Amino acid sequence: MSGGAAGPSCLQTNDWICGEYLRTRSQELVDATVQHIGITAVSVALGVLIAFPLALAARRWRGAAGPVLGLTTVLYTVPSLAMFALLTPVFGVSAAVVVTGLVLYSLTILVRNILAGLQAVPAEVREAARGMGYGSARLLFEVELPLALPALVAGLRIATVSTVAMTTIGSVVGYGGLGNLIASGMEGFFKAEVLTASVLCVLLALLADLLLMGLQRLLTPWTRAQARAKAGARRGGRVAKVAG
Amino acid sequence: MDAIAGAWQWLTTAANWAGEKGVWHRLAEHLWLSALCLALSCLIALPVALFLGHIGKGGALAVNLSNVGRAVPTFAVLVLLTLSPLGTQGDWPTIIALVLFAVPPLLTNAYLGMREADRDVVEAARGMGMSGPQLLLRVEIPLAYPLIMTGLRSATVQVVATATLAALAGGGGLGRIITAGFGNYDTAQVVAGALLVAVLALAVEGVLVLAERLLDPMRGRRRAARTGSRTRGERSGATGVLPGPAAGP
Repeated sequence: MSGGAAGPSCLQTNDWICGEYLRTRSQELVDATVQHIGITAVSVALGVLIAFPLALAARRWRGAAGPVLGLTTVLYTVPSLAMFALLTPVFGVSAAVVVTGLVLYSLTILVRNILAGLQAVPAEVREAARGMGYGSARLLFEVELPLALPALVAGLRIATVSTVAMTTIGSVVGYGGLGNLIASGMEGFFKAEVLTASVLCVLLALLADLLLMGLQRLLTPWTRAQARAKAGARRGGRVAKVAG
Repeated sequence: MDAIAGAWQWLTTAANWAGEKGVWHRLAEHLWLSALCLALSCLIALPVALFLGHIGKGGALAVNLSNVGRAVPTFAVLVLLTLSPLGTQGDWPTIIALVLFAVPPLLTNAYLGMREADRDVVEAARGMGMSGPQLLLRVEIPLAYPLIMTGLRSATVQVVATATLAALAGGGGLGRIITAGFGNYDTAQVVAGALLVAVLALAVEGVLVLAERLLDPMRGRRRAARTGSRTRGERSGATGVLPGPAAGP
């Protein structure tokens, strides 16, 4: 109507795709996206900080592995809406409810992957480092952790992508980032708002996944050389089998 | 502690269990929707996965499907379906959303199970003259069984969680007790509803773990077979990274 376009605007006809919505509500969209990224980033960062010592404990003491893995799996089974609802009386209606819930979910994947990564470090490598006089802390941070990095980042990617998606449910307490827009769009039957927020959310998840994949390539340049060598060896092996 | 006392009081009030909005009715809705959608998802995903796994094609599709499923927010899909023309068709938006999110873990895990079945054993069975269907039923499916069941469990966790979220988009199920509690600022009801949902999810998971053990076609034999192959050292490192549960709640 104000744009001077012929016919009714897409806001009036309630279209799924609406350029005018993007123009007039861009600030709202940016705010929601920033909140979404903030909640996701804080949750995943805290998740890693908590998962790491848990994985170390599970590796160090055999008796701790069962309870740690069992507890995180049980937490994962609890539906997200119930998790947020149970945390609300503890933290009140706040972002802490959402962050805590998301941290608890991320632990399942992170602990398992960190543990698997650490356990896959070859014993010879560990022995060699010890023989060179590495103490246990230095062994962990300079030898084992770099070798476990691909598994760790694989877990981090899964955890991040699912956290981005699950943040939307935080809208039950008003801290859901783009989920808030989905919820308000549902109440107002506003199709463009729901579709735009949903698409942004998926794009955010894909972007985070790509960034982490790039980070892993930067941090572990040796895995690419190894993969190439392995592919070459496999090809060689197959040729030999055919020949034999 | 107030919240727990309040929730206990809510749960022990008989009036909250009866009627259209009562616990029993919501529980029945929840179980019926979950079971229906799980059955539909199995009917769609398992034949496709077993077929693709048997002929050894479509791996990229099977694996990427669950990555895509993880990136798409269940809440967004529920709301989008509710606002679409399907929204006026009763439970259909919920049913479609539940099936959409249950198919990826089922398909991916069943496919991986088929592909990771020891190829030597499969080749040996083929060499013994087994036909395609015999191979599938007697060798590949029993070997793929643990991963098929992992997929089923992931899908069930997903379905029960998504059925809870359906309440946010106006659907039925136990989630309705939570959302109604949030709507009335009734913390006792919110916590009571959340406890009911959590107990249901854990109970369903427990039943599935039990069923998995009882229905195992290689019950008692699997452990021996597995330790045997490990001592030969052929399979060590084959499954380097645990993928974790295939999909988020």
